[in-house]
Amino acid sequence: MNELAMMGQYIGAGLAAIGCGAAGIGVGHIAGNFLSGALRNPSAAAGQMANLFVGIAFAEALGIFAFLIALLLMFAV
Amino acid sequence: METEAEGNGFAIHPMDQFVVRPLFSDGPVHWYTVTNVTLWLALAVLCVAALMIFGTRRRALVPTRSQSVAELAYGMVRNMVEEVTGPEGVKYFPYVMTLFLFILFANLLGLIPASFTTTSHVAVTATLALLVFFSVTIIGFVRKGPGFLKMFWVEAAPLPVRPVLAVIELISYFVRPVSHSIRLAGNLMAGHAVIKVFAGFATMAVLSPVAIGAVTLIYGLETLVAVVQAYVFTILTCVYLRDAVADNHH
Repeated sequence: MNELAMMGQYIGAGLAAIGCGAAGIGVGHIAGNFLSGALRNPSAAAGQMANLFVGIAFAEALGIFAFLIALLLMFAV
Repeated sequence: METEAEGNGFAIHPMDQFVVRPLFSDGPVHWYTVTNVTLWLALAVLCVAALMIFGTRRRALVPTRSQSVAELAYGMVRNMVEEVTGPEGVKYFPYVMTLFLFILFANLLGLIPASFTTTSHVAVTATLALLVFFSVTIIGFVRKGPGFLKMFWVEAAPLPVRPVLAVIELISYFVRPVSHSIRLAGNLMAGHAVIKVFAGFATMAVLSPVAIGAVTLIYGLETLVAVVQAYVFTILTCVYLRDAVADNHH
């Protein structure tokens, strides 16, 4: 039973790590769209850096949550 | 932790660096015990004080190195508060500046090998985030009175949708301190754990060149993360302050 629970823990941690990749997609989406917009109108790009970082932070937070779940499963349960 | 480390086969357990230990004894940790967290928090405060005191002591027209660093940080945070929060928010600039410098130095001190990353603990970041949460709420109610609650009543939306939106807005308002604190702690913890995982591979002779290269690369990335996360924490504080300070026009 104990080994089964441990197996579940590790499988769960691996599944939670998918969330980190998903956050990567989100962050890449934001950065890519920012870059394509910035190349169209470079003069407006500097003023939007704050929005870029806020957007990246929001997208990345969910990946960090997924990572946290993985860590909790690995070391805290 | 020890037995688990042996069981997992890690030479260096990646989570060992986050253990809170008393500095002067081996006893249990009480709220008043001086631990490694206390030491590195105090060092961060000392660094901030040193930067600002030595940076502003001479006040030369041609700035020295420390003066230009202090001026750079001041100007950056000041611009951010003015841009994001609006001219009304400049009143709260000292608080935002304090937060930025403290988190920046706590993050950067954590990058010193064998040091302790205080901001990787949710207890530290949650304190900072809850302070922001409560100050924003109090400032909002003091400045706008009950009108602060209009924030949850989205007037741009059609009437039937507004109650649903109000519930969502209310939930997202209370989740703010959670995401605000876990973002910082999680980023720092994740980066430092990854460094230690690769450092653990260095004990295997075949993998050690790869491991050393990877640790070097990730260390560079972590330096970037330390600065960016301090910036993100500060800018989110400004965004939250805007709700409390700005008019309801937008």
